[in-house]
Amino acid sequence: MADSEVLHAEHRLEYPYSRSTGPVIGAFLTGLRDGRFLGATGSDGRVIVPPTEYDPITSDDVGELVEVGPGGVIESWAWVSQPLRKHPLQTPFAWALVTLDGADTALLHVVDAPGPDALSTGTRVTARFRPAAERIGSMADLEAFVVEGGAS
Amino acid sequence: MADETTDPGPVTTLATPIRLDFDFTPGVAQSKFLRGLERGEFHGQRCGVCGKVYVPSRGSCPTDGVPTTEDVLLGNSGTVTTYCIVNVPFAGQSIEIPYICAQILLDGANLSFMGLLQEIPTDQIRMGMRVEAVWVDEAELTPSLASVRYFRPNGEPDADYDTYKEYL
Repeated sequence: MADSEVLHAEHRLEYPYSRSTGPVIGAFLTGLRDGRFLGATGSDGRVIVPPTEYDPITSDDVGELVEVGPGGVIESWAWVSQPLRKHPLQTPFAWALVTLDGADTALLHVVDAPGPDALSTGTRVTARFRPAAERIGSMADLEAFVVEGGAS
Repeated sequence: MADETTDPGPVTTLATPIRLDFDFTPGVAQSKFLRGLERGEFHGQRCGVCGKVYVPSRGSCPTDGVPTTEDVLLGNSGTVTTYCIVNVPFAGQSIEIPYICAQILLDGANLSFMGLLQEIPTDQIRMGMRVEAVWVDEAELTPSLASVRYFRPNGEPDADYDTYKEYL
């Protein structure tokens, strides 16, 4: 390399944080590891997914955890035609707010679809979990949502 | 659901690493400094207005706000202006404690920089001590400060306080 050439170097700055999940988020993540969704029942009877630890109205502990999904409806979405390196999918996909069947709030995740024409507000989707052996109790255990009845 | 022998129990913790990958470009002036390290030499740059020599140079004089254009080859020796004896262990520490972290004013420079001082008991370090750079083997030289293994006393008498008092 010539002396006149400007140098460059790759650096990585990393903090290996580990967080305590608590009883509610922990149960939700345990559910994902088992391949199912759990929501929290609020004081007004609404089912909150992903669950919050405290009731958004009364600030009391949330009520019973109930199973929801795995199907749901797209509330809102944005198509990503050029995924970035750190995105959950490396093929074009959509970020979407999905209200799971039995839930009253929407969950943000990705939809793996052939193209934006396959999606619209109100499209029915269903969960595609990673294989059981690969699930670790993380949001990424849910690989993506896919259009219900469509090719995944 | 998993049976009892394989049930890993409820999830109680979540790994959430925060990572920043970046490509660092040191720029023209610092690249010259780093190229010098690759040859076992310290290079600085002089300001054409105030005449001060910066090492490593950022390519401009912070006092006069002008580009530093004259390249200067500095000596391998310098003076300890101030120092710190490190006794506290911390995560990721690579040097055995206690060790000395010193600000070193290279001969010909008007800016000190931080270096590791070795080959001297920690209770004998003093301001004004004359030191020299010890480099890694030639085959291991890289355009990085890792090319400087450490500094050590060079045996010269201590520098007069007046010669480095401006750099404390």
